[in-house]
Amino acid sequence: MTPGQPRAAKLVWQSASIVAIEPRTPTVKSFFFRLAQPVSFVPGQHMDVRLTAPDGYEAQRSYSIASAPEATEHIELAIERLQDGEVSPFFHETVSVGDRIELRGPIGGHFMWCVEDGGPVLLAGGGSGVVPLACMLRHRAARASAVPTVLVYSARTAADLIFGDELRALRARRDGFHFLPTLTRETNPPPGFRIGRIDTDLLSDALACLPAPPTIAFVCGANAFVETAADTLLRLGIPPATIRTERYGD
Amino acid sequence: MATRGFSGRGHAASAGQPGRLPPGQFVTTDFPVLSAGPTPHVAREDWRFTLQVGPRPIKSWSWGDFIRLPITSVTRDIHCVTKWSKFDTGWEGVSIEDLLADAGLEPPTEFALAHSYDDYSTNVPVKDLLGGRAMIAIAYDGKPIAAEHGGPARLLVPHLYFWKSAKWVKALQFTERDEAGFWELRGYHMYGDPWGEQRYSGD
Repeated sequence: MTPGQPRAAKLVWQSASIVAIEPRTPTVKSFFFRLAQPVSFVPGQHMDVRLTAPDGYEAQRSYSIASAPEATEHIELAIERLQDGEVSPFFHETVSVGDRIELRGPIGGHFMWCVEDGGPVLLAGGGSGVVPLACMLRHRAARASAVPTVLVYSARTAADLIFGDELRALRARRDGFHFLPTLTRETNPPPGFRIGRIDTDLLSDALACLPAPPTIAFVCGANAFVETAADTLLRLGIPPATIRTERYGD
Repeated sequence: MATRGFSGRGHAASAGQPGRLPPGQFVTTDFPVLSAGPTPHVAREDWRFTLQVGPRPIKSWSWGDFIRLPITSVTRDIHCVTKWSKFDTGWEGVSIEDLLADAGLEPPTEFALAHSYDDYSTNVPVKDLLGGRAMIAIAYDGKPIAAEHGGPARLLVPHLYFWKSAKWVKALQFTERDEAGFWELRGYHMYGDPWGEQRYSGD
Protein backbone atom coordinates (compact mmCIF):
# COMPACT_ATOMS: atom_id res chain seq x y z
CA MET A 1 0.00 0.00 0.00
CA THR A 2 1.33 3.39 -0.93
CA PRO A 3 0.52 6.29 1.36
CA GLY A 4 -0.79 9.13 -0.78
CA GLN A 5 -3.30 7.02 -2.61
CA PRO A 6 -6.50 5.66 -1.14
CA ARG A 7 -6.52 1.91 -1.46
CA ALA A 8 -9.36 0.75 -3.66
CA ALA A 9 -9.45 -3.00 -3.11
CA LYS A 10 -11.74 -4.29 -0.41
CA LEU A 11 -10.11 -6.19 2.43
CA VAL A 12 -11.84 -9.54 2.42
CA TRP A 13 -12.26 -11.94 5.31
CA GLN A 14 -10.66 -15.32 4.92
CA SER A 15 -10.80 -18.39 7.08
CA ALA A 16 -7.30 -19.29 8.33
CA SER A 17 -6.29 -22.44 10.16
CA ILE A 18 -4.28 -22.41 13.36
CA VAL A 19 -1.17 -24.50 12.74
CA ALA A 20 0.66 -23.91 16.03
CA ILE A 21 0.25 -22.24 19.40
CA GLU A 22 3.29 -21.24 21.41
CA PRO A 23 3.28 -19.76 24.94
CA ARG A 24 5.57 -16.72 25.04
CA THR A 25 5.08 -15.49 28.61
CA PRO A 26 2.60 -16.31 31.40
CA THR A 27 0.07 -13.98 29.70
CA VAL A 28 1.04 -14.03 26.02
CA LYS A 29 0.66 -16.81 23.48
CA SER A 30 1.60 -16.78 19.81
CA PHE A 31 -0.93 -18.15 17.34
CA PHE A 32 0.34 -19.20 13.93
CA PHE A 33 -2.19 -18.96 11.09
CA ARG A 34 -1.95 -20.55 7.67
CA LEU A 35 -3.75 -18.38 5.15
CA ALA A 36 -5.27 -19.84 2.00
CA GLN A 37 -4.66 -16.48 0.33
CA PRO A 38 -1.34 -15.12 1.63
CA VAL A 39 -1.29 -11.40 2.38
CA SER A 40 1.70 -9.16 1.83
CA PHE A 41 2.28 -6.61 4.54
CA VAL A 42 4.77 -4.12 5.88
CA PRO A 43 6.17 -4.66 9.41
CA GLY A 44 4.07 -2.76 11.95
CA GLN A 45 0.73 -3.49 10.33
CA HIS A 46 -2.01 -5.49 11.99
CA MET A 47 -4.73 -7.98 11.14
CA ASP A 48 -8.37 -7.93 12.16
CA VAL A 49 -9.73 -11.11 13.71
CA ARG A 50 -13.44 -11.93 13.68
CA LEU A 51 -15.18 -14.45 15.92
CA THR A 52 -18.78 -15.42 15.20
CA ALA A 53 -21.20 -17.01 17.69
CA PRO A 54 -23.82 -19.53 16.52
CA ASP A 55 -26.52 -16.82 16.81
CA GLY A 56 -24.58 -14.52 14.46
CA TYR A 57 -23.07 -12.25 17.12
CA GLU A 58 -19.61 -11.08 16.05
CA ALA A 59 -16.60 -9.85 17.98
CA GLN A 60 -13.62 -8.27 16.21
CA ARG A 61 -10.20 -7.22 17.42
CA SER A 62 -6.96 -6.00 15.83
CA TYR A 63 -3.64 -7.71 16.56
CA SER A 64 -0.22 -6.67 15.33
CA ILE A 65 1.62 -9.11 13.11
CA ALA A 66 4.70 -10.56 14.85
CA SER A 67 6.14 -12.65 12.03
CA ALA A 68 8.34 -11.10 9.35
CA PRO A 69 6.92 -10.63 5.85
CA GLU A 70 9.73 -12.94 4.72
CA ALA A 71 8.13 -15.81 6.71
CA THR A 72 5.55 -16.59 4.06
CA GLU A 73 4.34 -19.93 5.46
CA HIS A 74 2.26 -18.42 8.22
CA ILE A 75 1.29 -15.26 10.06
CA GLU A 76 2.08 -15.06 13.77
CA LEU A 77 -0.15 -13.01 16.06
CA ALA A 78 1.05 -12.70 19.68
CA ILE A 79 -2.04 -12.21 21.82
CA GLU A 80 -1.97 -11.02 25.42
CA ARG A 81 -4.71 -12.34 27.67
CA LEU A 82 -6.63 -9.35 29.02
CA GLN A 83 -8.45 -9.87 32.32
CA ASP A 84 -11.85 -8.60 31.27
CA GLY A 85 -11.45 -9.40 27.62
CA GLU A 86 -13.87 -11.22 25.40
CA VAL A 87 -11.60 -12.25 22.53
CA SER A 88 -8.16 -12.74 24.11
CA PRO A 89 -9.42 -15.16 26.84
CA PHE A 90 -11.17 -17.12 24.09
CA PHE A 91 -7.88 -17.46 22.23
CA HIS A 92 -6.01 -18.46 25.37
CA GLU A 93 -8.55 -20.93 26.73
CA THR A 94 -10.51 -22.32 23.81
CA VAL A 95 -8.60 -22.09 20.55
CA SER A 96 -6.57 -25.14 19.60
CA VAL A 97 -4.48 -26.26 16.66
CA GLY A 98 -6.67 -27.08 13.66
CA ASP A 99 -9.32 -24.47 14.48
CA ARG A 100 -10.31 -22.03 11.78
CA ILE A 101 -10.48 -18.31 12.52
CA GLU A 102 -11.48 -15.47 10.21
CA LEU A 103 -8.87 -12.81 9.47
CA ARG A 104 -8.54 -9.83 7.20
CA GLY A 105 -5.75 -7.37 6.56
CA PRO A 106 -3.18 -6.00 6.53
CA ILE A 107 -4.41 -2.81 8.18
CA GLY A 108 -2.59 0.40 9.08
CA GLY A 109 -0.66 2.72 6.82
CA HIS A 110 1.41 4.80 9.24
CA PHE A 111 2.99 2.70 12.00
CA MET A 112 5.15 0.66 9.64
CA TRP A 113 8.73 0.32 8.55
CA CYS A 114 10.77 -1.66 6.05
CA VAL A 115 14.53 -1.68 5.45
CA GLU A 116 14.12 0.50 2.35
CA ASP A 117 12.89 3.28 4.68
CA GLY A 118 16.38 3.36 6.24
CA GLY A 119 17.28 4.89 9.57
CA PRO A 120 18.68 5.25 12.16
CA VAL A 121 15.59 3.83 13.83
CA LEU A 122 14.52 4.08 17.46
CA LEU A 123 11.98 1.57 18.73
CA ALA A 124 10.31 1.79 22.15
CA GLY A 125 7.91 -0.91 23.28
CA GLY A 126 6.01 -1.38 26.51
CA GLY A 127 4.64 -4.85 27.32
CA SER A 128 2.89 -6.39 24.33
CA GLY A 129 3.64 -3.16 22.46
CA VAL A 130 6.89 -4.85 21.46
CA VAL A 131 5.08 -7.13 19.00
CA PRO A 132 5.00 -4.85 15.91
CA LEU A 133 8.57 -3.74 16.74
CA ALA A 134 9.73 -7.37 16.88
CA CYS A 135 8.19 -7.79 13.42
CA MET A 136 10.34 -4.90 12.17
CA LEU A 137 13.44 -6.43 13.77
CA ARG A 138 12.76 -9.89 12.35
CA HIS A 139 12.33 -8.32 8.92
CA ARG A 140 15.55 -6.33 9.37
CA ALA A 141 17.43 -9.52 10.27
CA ALA A 142 15.86 -11.55 7.47
CA ARG A 143 17.04 -8.91 5.02
CA ALA A 144 20.53 -8.82 6.60
CA SER A 145 20.10 -5.08 7.01
CA ALA A 146 22.63 -3.02 8.93
CA VAL A 147 20.35 0.00 9.46
CA PRO A 148 21.35 1.33 12.90
CA THR A 149 18.49 0.40 15.21
CA VAL A 150 17.89 0.51 18.94
CA LEU A 151 15.04 -1.12 20.87
CA VAL A 152 14.03 0.04 24.33
CA TYR A 153 11.71 -2.56 25.82
CA SER A 154 9.92 -2.17 29.11
CA ALA A 155 8.35 -5.25 30.71
CA ARG A 156 7.19 -6.06 34.23
CA THR A 157 9.53 -8.95 34.98
CA ALA A 158 12.07 -11.03 33.07
CA ALA A 159 9.38 -13.70 32.63
CA ASP A 160 7.14 -11.14 30.90
CA LEU A 161 9.61 -10.43 28.09
CA ILE A 162 8.04 -11.50 24.81
CA PHE A 163 10.68 -12.73 22.35
CA GLY A 164 13.37 -12.09 25.01
CA ASP A 165 15.74 -14.85 23.87
CA GLU A 166 15.28 -13.95 20.24
CA LEU A 167 15.99 -10.27 20.87
CA ARG A 168 19.16 -11.16 22.77
CA ALA A 169 20.22 -13.40 19.87
CA LEU A 170 19.64 -10.53 17.44
CA ARG A 171 21.79 -8.27 19.61
CA ALA A 172 24.55 -10.87 19.56
CA ARG A 173 24.79 -10.55 15.77
CA ARG A 174 26.40 -7.13 16.31
CA ASP A 175 24.98 -5.83 13.06
CA GLY A 176 24.02 -2.39 14.31
CA PHE A 177 21.10 -3.48 16.49
CA HIS A 178 21.15 -2.45 20.16
CA PHE A 179 18.74 -3.77 22.78
CA LEU A 180 18.04 -1.99 26.06
CA PRO A 181 15.52 -3.92 28.16
CA THR A 182 14.17 -2.53 31.42
CA LEU A 183 12.07 -4.28 34.04
CA THR A 184 9.56 -2.36 36.13
CA ARG A 185 8.65 -4.92 38.79
CA GLU A 186 11.84 -6.91 39.20
CA THR A 187 13.90 -6.33 42.31
CA ASN A 188 16.73 -8.66 41.32
CA PRO A 189 17.16 -8.35 37.55
CA PRO A 190 19.33 -10.69 35.49
CA PRO A 191 22.56 -9.22 34.06
CA GLY A 192 22.07 -6.79 31.21
CA PHE A 193 18.73 -5.48 32.44
CA ARG A 194 17.86 -2.15 33.92
CA ILE A 195 15.27 -1.56 36.61
CA GLY A 196 12.49 0.96 36.43
CA ARG A 197 10.16 2.65 34.01
CA ILE A 198 11.23 4.29 30.79
CA ASP A 199 12.78 7.70 31.51
CA THR A 200 15.13 10.37 30.19
CA ASP A 201 18.28 8.44 31.14
CA LEU A 202 17.20 5.32 29.34
CA LEU A 203 16.10 7.12 26.19
CA SER A 204 19.29 9.25 26.19
CA ASP A 205 21.32 6.06 26.35
CA ALA A 206 19.25 4.62 23.52
CA LEU A 207 19.90 7.69 21.37
CA ALA A 208 23.61 7.42 22.20
CA CYS A 209 23.63 3.90 20.68
CA LEU A 210 22.81 5.39 17.29
CA PRO A 211 25.45 7.06 15.07
CA ALA A 212 23.01 9.92 14.29
CA PRO A 213 19.62 11.05 15.54
CA PRO A 214 16.83 8.71 14.44
CA THR A 215 15.07 9.60 11.21
CA ILE A 216 12.09 7.67 12.51
CA ALA A 217 10.93 6.49 15.93
CA PHE A 218 8.18 4.01 16.72
CA VAL A 219 6.58 3.94 20.17
CA CYS A 220 4.02 1.27 21.03
CA GLY A 221 2.37 0.23 24.26
CA ALA A 222 -0.25 1.23 26.79
CA ASN A 223 -1.19 4.89 26.62
CA ALA A 224 0.74 5.93 29.75
CA PHE A 225 3.91 4.33 28.37
CA VAL A 226 3.47 5.96 24.97
CA GLU A 227 2.79 9.39 26.45
CA THR A 228 5.92 9.18 28.63
CA ALA A 229 8.18 7.83 25.90
CA ALA A 230 6.95 10.25 23.20
CA ASP A 231 7.07 13.30 25.47
CA THR A 232 10.58 12.37 26.62
CA LEU A 233 11.79 11.95 23.04
CA LEU A 234 10.38 15.40 22.22
CA ARG A 235 12.25 16.88 25.19
CA LEU A 236 15.42 15.18 23.94
CA GLY A 237 15.05 17.06 20.68
CA ILE A 238 13.43 14.47 18.42
CA PRO A 239 11.02 16.30 16.06
CA PRO A 240 7.33 15.39 16.52
CA ALA A 241 6.93 14.39 12.86
CA THR A 242 9.63 11.74 13.41
CA ILE A 243 7.66 9.96 16.14
CA ARG A 244 4.95 7.48 15.25
CA THR A 245 2.80 5.99 17.98
CA GLU A 246 0.45 3.09 18.46
CA ARG A 247 -1.47 2.93 21.72
CA TYR A 248 -3.34 0.20 23.49
CA GLY A 249 -6.14 1.19 25.83
CA ASP A 250 -5.22 1.70 29.45
CA MET B 1 -18.99 -18.99 9.67
CA ALA B 2 -19.47 -19.76 13.36
CA THR B 3 -16.21 -19.98 15.30
CA ARG B 4 -15.85 -23.24 17.22
CA GLY B 5 -16.46 -22.73 20.93
CA PHE B 6 -17.32 -19.02 20.75
CA SER B 7 -20.56 -17.84 22.28
CA GLY B 8 -19.74 -14.18 22.90
CA ARG B 9 -19.63 -12.44 26.25
CA GLY B 10 -20.21 -9.09 24.54
CA HIS B 11 -23.92 -9.80 24.31
CA ALA B 12 -24.22 -8.93 27.95
CA ALA B 13 -22.77 -5.45 27.46
CA SER B 14 -25.54 -4.28 25.19
CA ALA B 15 -28.24 -6.47 26.70
CA GLY B 16 -31.47 -4.61 27.13
CA GLN B 17 -30.36 -2.08 24.52
CA PRO B 18 -30.84 -3.89 21.25
CA GLY B 19 -29.68 -1.96 18.24
CA ARG B 20 -27.41 0.35 20.17
CA LEU B 21 -24.08 -1.30 19.34
CA PRO B 22 -22.91 -1.19 15.68
CA PRO B 23 -21.64 -4.45 14.13
CA GLY B 24 -18.22 -5.67 15.26
CA GLN B 25 -18.06 -3.20 18.18
CA PHE B 26 -17.81 -3.85 21.93
CA VAL B 27 -18.77 -1.56 24.78
CA THR B 28 -16.12 -0.03 27.01
CA THR B 29 -16.47 2.25 30.00
CA ASP B 30 -12.86 3.46 29.61
CA PHE B 31 -11.90 6.20 27.21
CA PRO B 32 -8.99 4.70 25.23
CA VAL B 33 -6.51 7.05 23.59
CA LEU B 34 -5.46 6.55 19.98
CA SER B 35 -3.32 8.85 17.93
CA ALA B 36 -0.66 8.59 15.27
CA GLY B 37 2.00 10.62 17.04
CA PRO B 38 2.97 12.49 20.20
CA THR B 39 0.27 14.48 21.99
CA PRO B 40 0.52 18.18 21.08
CA HIS B 41 0.13 20.45 24.09
CA VAL B 42 -1.56 23.60 22.79
CA ALA B 43 -2.05 26.38 25.33
CA ARG B 44 -5.40 28.14 25.19
CA GLU B 45 -3.70 31.51 24.74
CA ASP B 46 -1.94 30.17 21.63
CA TRP B 47 -5.01 28.41 20.28
CA ARG B 48 -6.90 29.73 17.25
CA PHE B 49 -9.63 28.23 15.15
CA THR B 50 -10.11 29.24 11.51
CA LEU B 51 -12.89 28.69 8.96
CA GLN B 52 -11.52 28.47 5.42
CA VAL B 53 -12.98 28.20 1.96
CA GLY B 54 -10.27 26.48 -0.06
CA PRO B 55 -7.06 28.36 0.80
CA ARG B 56 -8.94 31.53 1.87
CA PRO B 57 -9.45 32.20 5.61
CA ILE B 58 -12.96 33.54 6.27
CA LYS B 59 -12.88 34.04 10.02
CA SER B 60 -10.57 33.14 12.88
CA TRP B 61 -11.37 33.00 16.59
CA SER B 62 -9.12 33.18 19.64
CA TRP B 63 -10.03 31.00 22.63
CA GLY B 64 -11.63 34.00 24.35
CA ASP B 65 -13.74 34.79 21.27
CA PHE B 66 -14.64 31.17 20.73
CA ILE B 67 -16.07 30.47 24.17
CA ARG B 68 -18.37 33.49 23.84
CA LEU B 69 -20.15 31.79 20.91
CA PRO B 70 -23.39 29.90 21.72
CA ILE B 71 -22.50 26.69 23.59
CA THR B 72 -24.45 23.50 22.87
CA SER B 73 -24.49 20.37 25.07
CA VAL B 74 -24.96 16.89 23.63
CA THR B 75 -24.87 13.33 24.96
CA ARG B 76 -23.89 10.80 22.31
CA ASP B 77 -22.58 7.26 21.82
CA ILE B 78 -19.16 7.16 20.15
CA HIS B 79 -17.65 4.37 18.07
CA CYS B 80 -13.94 3.89 17.37
CA VAL B 81 -12.79 1.96 14.28
CA THR B 82 -10.49 -0.03 16.61
CA LYS B 83 -13.75 -1.69 17.79
CA TRP B 84 -14.62 0.02 21.07
CA SER B 85 -17.82 1.99 21.59
CA LYS B 86 -18.63 4.19 24.55
CA PHE B 87 -22.19 5.09 25.43
CA ASP B 88 -23.58 8.39 26.71
CA THR B 89 -20.51 10.60 26.37
CA GLY B 90 -21.29 14.22 27.24
CA TRP B 91 -19.81 17.11 25.28
CA GLU B 92 -20.12 20.88 25.13
CA GLY B 93 -19.05 23.05 22.26
CA VAL B 94 -20.02 25.26 19.37
CA SER B 95 -22.20 23.71 16.67
CA ILE B 96 -21.00 24.13 13.11
CA GLU B 97 -24.21 26.07 12.29
CA ASP B 98 -23.42 28.55 15.04
CA LEU B 99 -19.85 28.93 13.77
CA LEU B 100 -21.08 29.55 10.23
CA ALA B 101 -23.65 32.06 11.48
CA ASP B 102 -20.98 33.97 13.40
CA ALA B 103 -18.83 34.06 10.26
CA GLY B 104 -21.80 35.08 8.12
CA LEU B 105 -21.09 32.13 5.85
CA GLU B 106 -23.46 29.81 4.01
CA PRO B 107 -21.86 26.39 3.36
CA PRO B 108 -20.08 27.12 0.07
CA THR B 109 -19.27 23.52 -0.95
CA GLU B 110 -20.44 19.98 -0.14
CA PHE B 111 -17.20 18.78 1.44
CA ALA B 112 -14.94 19.75 4.30
CA LEU B 113 -11.55 18.86 5.73
CA ALA B 114 -10.76 19.33 9.41
CA HIS B 115 -7.13 20.25 10.15
CA SER B 116 -5.30 19.74 13.44
CA TYR B 117 -2.29 21.14 15.27
CA ASP B 118 -0.36 17.91 14.68
CA ASP B 119 -0.93 18.13 10.89
CA TYR B 120 -3.64 15.48 11.11
CA SER B 121 -6.61 15.95 8.82
CA THR B 122 -9.88 14.16 8.10
CA ASN B 123 -12.67 14.67 5.59
CA VAL B 124 -16.40 14.92 6.37
CA PRO B 125 -19.26 15.77 4.00
CA VAL B 126 -20.77 19.13 4.93
CA LYS B 127 -24.25 17.64 5.36
CA ASP B 128 -22.82 15.50 8.19
CA LEU B 129 -21.59 18.62 9.96
CA LEU B 130 -24.99 20.35 9.95
CA GLY B 131 -28.36 19.68 11.57
CA GLY B 132 -26.87 19.55 15.05
CA ARG B 133 -24.80 16.49 14.12
CA ALA B 134 -21.37 18.03 14.74
CA MET B 135 -19.59 20.59 16.89
CA ILE B 136 -16.20 21.94 17.84
CA ALA B 137 -16.15 20.50 21.35
CA ILE B 138 -14.37 22.31 24.18
CA ALA B 139 -15.54 20.23 27.16
CA TYR B 140 -16.00 16.53 27.88
CA ASP B 141 -17.89 15.22 30.88
CA GLY B 142 -18.26 18.75 32.24
CA LYS B 143 -14.53 19.47 32.21
CA PRO B 144 -11.98 20.88 29.75
CA ILE B 145 -10.90 18.21 27.26
CA ALA B 146 -7.59 16.63 28.32
CA ALA B 147 -4.73 17.06 25.86
CA GLU B 148 -4.56 13.32 25.15
CA HIS B 149 -8.26 13.39 24.19
CA GLY B 150 -7.79 16.33 21.84
CA GLY B 151 -7.98 19.44 24.03
CA PRO B 152 -8.23 22.38 23.95
CA ALA B 153 -10.78 21.61 21.22
CA ARG B 154 -11.70 18.72 18.97
CA LEU B 155 -14.19 18.16 16.20
CA LEU B 156 -17.09 15.95 17.31
CA VAL B 157 -18.98 14.01 14.61
CA PRO B 158 -20.26 11.15 16.76
CA HIS B 159 -22.38 9.40 14.13
CA LEU B 160 -19.20 8.56 12.18
CA TYR B 161 -16.23 6.46 13.37
CA PHE B 162 -14.32 8.51 15.88
CA TRP B 163 -11.19 9.13 13.76
CA LYS B 164 -13.41 11.67 11.98
CA SER B 165 -13.69 13.62 15.25
CA ALA B 166 -10.27 15.23 14.78
CA LYS B 167 -8.35 16.01 17.97
CA TRP B 168 -6.47 19.31 18.45
CA VAL B 169 -8.53 20.86 15.68
CA LYS B 170 -7.41 24.24 14.37
CA ALA B 171 -9.33 24.73 11.11
CA LEU B 172 -12.31 23.63 9.11
CA GLN B 173 -11.77 23.98 5.39
CA PHE B 174 -14.53 23.78 2.79
CA THR B 175 -13.29 21.95 -0.31
CA GLU B 176 -14.67 21.63 -3.82
CA ARG B 177 -14.06 17.89 -3.90
CA ASP B 178 -14.09 15.14 -1.27
CA GLU B 179 -10.38 15.16 -0.39
CA ALA B 180 -8.94 12.30 1.66
CA GLY B 181 -7.42 13.13 5.05
CA PHE B 182 -4.65 11.42 7.03
CA TRP B 183 -6.18 8.00 7.65
CA GLU B 184 -8.29 8.08 4.50
CA LEU B 185 -5.00 8.24 2.54
CA ARG B 186 -3.81 5.22 4.52
CA GLY B 187 -6.52 2.69 3.79
CA TYR B 188 -9.39 3.89 5.94
CA HIS B 189 -12.88 4.60 4.61
CA MET B 190 -13.72 7.97 3.05
CA TYR B 191 -17.04 8.22 4.95
CA GLY B 192 -16.82 5.88 7.97
CA ASP B 193 -20.39 4.96 8.93
CA PRO B 194 -20.23 2.58 11.94
CA TRP B 195 -23.68 1.13 11.13
CA GLY B 196 -22.52 0.23 7.62
CA GLU B 197 -19.21 -1.00 9.12
CA GLN B 198 -17.26 1.26 6.76
CA ARG B 199 -13.90 0.76 8.46
CA TYR B 200 -11.51 0.45 5.54
CA SER B 201 -11.64 1.64 1.96
CA GLY B 202 -13.74 -0.72 -0.10
CA ASP B 203 -15.97 -1.64 2.88
